[in-house]
Amino acid sequence: MKQTFAIGIGGAAGQGVATPGDIFAKIFSRRGLHLNAYNAYQSIIRGGHTLLTIRASAEKVTNMGDRIDLLIPLNQDTMDRHLKLLTSGAACLYNADTIKPGPAAEGVQLCPLPVSELADITRNKVAQNTIAIGAGLHMMGIGFQALEDVLREQFKKKGEAVVAENVSVARAGYDYAAAHFKAYPNPLPRTENRYAILSGNIAMAMGGAAAGVKFYCAYPMSPATGVLHWMAAHARKAGIMVRQVEDEIGVVNMAIGAAQAGVRSMCATSGGGFALMSEGLGMSAMMETPVVVINCQRAGPSTGVPTKTEQGDLWQMLGAAFGDYPRAIAAPLDIADCFKLIPEMHNLADRFQCPGLVLCDLLLSEGRLSVHPKDLDFNPPIDRGELITTQNGSSSEVPANGSYKRYKFTQSGVSPRAVPGVPGHIHTVATDEHMEDGVLISDEFTNPIKRREMMEKRMRKVGGIEAAVPPPVLSGPRGADVTLIGWGSTKGVIEEACEILTEQGISANQLQIRWLVPLHGDAILEILKDSRHTIIVENNYSGQFARYLRSETSFVPNGHIRKYDGEPFMPHHIVEAVKDQLSGKTKLSIPVHEITV
Amino acid sequence: MATTAQSKSPLTLADLKGKVDPDWCPGCGDFGVLSAIQKALVELQIPNHNVVAISGIGCSSNLPGFINTYGMHTLHGRALAVATGLKLANHELTVMVTGGDGDGFGIGGNHFIHTMRRNVDLLYIVMDNQIYGLTTGQTSPTSRIGMKTKSMPFGNVEAPINPISLALAAGATFVGRGYSGEQKHLTELIKRGIEHKGFSFLDVFSPCVTYNHDNTYQWYRPRVKKLEDDPSYDPSIWMAAMEKSLLWGEEIPIGRFFERTDVPSLHAAEPVLNDGPLVHSDPRVPPEVARGFIEELM
Repeated sequence: MKQTFAIGIGGAAGQGVATPGDIFAKIFSRRGLHLNAYNAYQSIIRGGHTLLTIRASAEKVTNMGDRIDLLIPLNQDTMDRHLKLLTSGAACLYNADTIKPGPAAEGVQLCPLPVSELADITRNKVAQNTIAIGAGLHMMGIGFQALEDVLREQFKKKGEAVVAENVSVARAGYDYAAAHFKAYPNPLPRTENRYAILSGNIAMAMGGAAAGVKFYCAYPMSPATGVLHWMAAHARKAGIMVRQVEDEIGVVNMAIGAAQAGVRSMCATSGGGFALMSEGLGMSAMMETPVVVINCQRAGPSTGVPTKTEQGDLWQMLGAAFGDYPRAIAAPLDIADCFKLIPEMHNLADRFQCPGLVLCDLLLSEGRLSVHPKDLDFNPPIDRGELITTQNGSSSEVPANGSYKRYKFTQSGVSPRAVPGVPGHIHTVATDEHMEDGVLISDEFTNPIKRREMMEKRMRKVGGIEAAVPPPVLSGPRGADVTLIGWGSTKGVIEEACEILTEQGISANQLQIRWLVPLHGDAILEILKDSRHTIIVENNYSGQFARYLRSETSFVPNGHIRKYDGEPFMPHHIVEAVKDQLSGKTKLSIPVHEITV
Repeated sequence: MATTAQSKSPLTLADLKGKVDPDWCPGCGDFGVLSAIQKALVELQIPNHNVVAISGIGCSSNLPGFINTYGMHTLHGRALAVATGLKLANHELTVMVTGGDGDGFGIGGNHFIHTMRRNVDLLYIVMDNQIYGLTTGQTSPTSRIGMKTKSMPFGNVEAPINPISLALAAGATFVGRGYSGEQKHLTELIKRGIEHKGFSFLDVFSPCVTYNHDNTYQWYRPRVKKLEDDPSYDPSIWMAAMEKSLLWGEEIPIGRFFERTDVPSLHAAEPVLNDGPLVHSDPRVPPEVARGFIEELM
């Protein structure tokens, strides 16, 4: 089993949970460790309860894991909620002046910190946090210098006095732990690697910049807002026009307007905003103007649980906009993939002149992961497809009067797209059904023959999209005892569940779906025909992917593992459910989330 | 239409004739608006490949198909949002948005207000017939109280909005009203609206001869009074414009109500456009900038 170390820091919103989290993340990252961070929080700006989990390892960490090694409760509430989850070998660092521990499991080290003796708490309101960081660091076997360096950077702007004060408070915690607490048996490892730490939202925004997105607009909506924040902060350096729009209807229409002018255009939202964008997606398809739309799912329906994760929008995505039209839909598999997928999606949308939809979720959008800088490639292939702009249009031969046909019938269904401003290519694009030259057929000219021809032209692009996208592959041994099927963000946790199952003598393999449309149903059936026991794992109530797979392929799995409590899967949820199902106890497992936030 | 050679010769009305003839009802006010737009473009000599006519849905929104410029016939109510995106991606284009009162003030009301406060550099012409025509005659946001339609057969009880007051309040930097029956006057207004560097709004009375039997040519003709005929009227004074906008009844003012030129348009206010239109910019982030983005995260 891989060696990982997880810290849980909990408190009320506004109590400063983020700062110790950032400090630990920085120290881990500078030791060359991988990390995965997940913040469980509520839709409240001050108060409530939040629990930030940071899990680090010399190897890749793909999810929040099953255990907390070090709990730092910043208030009594956190102590009461989470101490009981600690198991042998774990420790809990707390302010002995204000927090009383409850019953703890055997082998859990309770570490009371006499905060008022170690620091002047009348001057330093967050002294307990800094002392705990110092103490924790000693227990992990990390030298104090690492913390001093980070504190210096953190407080540099506030002057030397503040730096010195914080360093001395941290030092007091560090020394106190050395004298009073038992360190962890294995100090945290160190490697020569260096990683970037980023959220899925930042990854998707940077992926957009790498793809050559020049127009980004959005309406703030959790958990997609992080994309807007990165875009807005970096717009001028990256040469991107970023707009905050009055609503998501305006967002998608503005994005399509910019795309029509010839730039790459993108927007992101969550389920509620995506619902408002639906009609606009049909417009993109009908006008054959590419646009990339990201939906960061949160727990629905309606306002739902705005700060919690779910994979509940698959059918909304599949059913978005009325009528039949070509499009691509993909779910990124992890935070690094959030970056990589965006340029791929823009290339598809541009080549096939249709909407490209990205189905992300809160777990990836707001989670944080260490990513190797080489996996953040700002030089991905950019394929704008058959685009006629003033640069390439004026050099080529200008067509004779009226001969340019925006919607020319072609074998591929893709017609060369001229943008406004190019001489000799004047045309009108329309949401009404139209003929090759763009003239409407829908009013007095309605013509069933032409309607059919134009429908078939557009839908021919579906074949092209399918050929452009690879089918999914099975990872792990063929013929394993169990095959776990997941899609999107569950990749990491299923992967770890498979490792644990294998260690426990149950061989497991994994089929993770990234491209939802096109699905490559035949390839999936080919893979699954050798499987001995199939289980679909997904973060929703009704088994949306299971129902989709069945509708496309008639495939019915042996069982399901579902979760719709707002929190992501932990590896043991899947491991235990697989065992239950292999022993014939049930065909539908709904694991209980033990951490209540 | 315009080839490289032709774009150097003067633009004529023939160049602006669309691929198909308008399918509006005979006598529809929209014919007059289309023809005034064509005349204005010829007088301003803007190459037609640099003009984009953008509309929503409705009778008047069919206009882009009837004029030989680039065009976008978008969704009901959404033309202004689409136009904003297009203008920001290529601000060298001349953008005209056309539509009806239901499209602009009803389903598109939100975008109408926000596009005005953003001062997007485009001309928005609403062909205001105080009725829903393409859906065969229902009450619109500008239908008068008491007007009987298929959706309010016993008479409208809801107060109509006042597009001119609304535009003034929302911060439009050019506000005018035209009448389809006053061709020369309307053409001048359209020219000024195109030349104005910022959001130009023109509410144009465009009678519906099929479904609106209240606001007919006969009804308008004696009522419309040109602001330009009053030498003392100063369109730079917002309060005066607001006062004039409230006049309705025996006398209805048309003309340029308000214009201010001291507010930069949205694209002029955005430093990201300093190096020219986005559509011509390099899609690649410079390597040193990209490195900086990654280093921030390490």
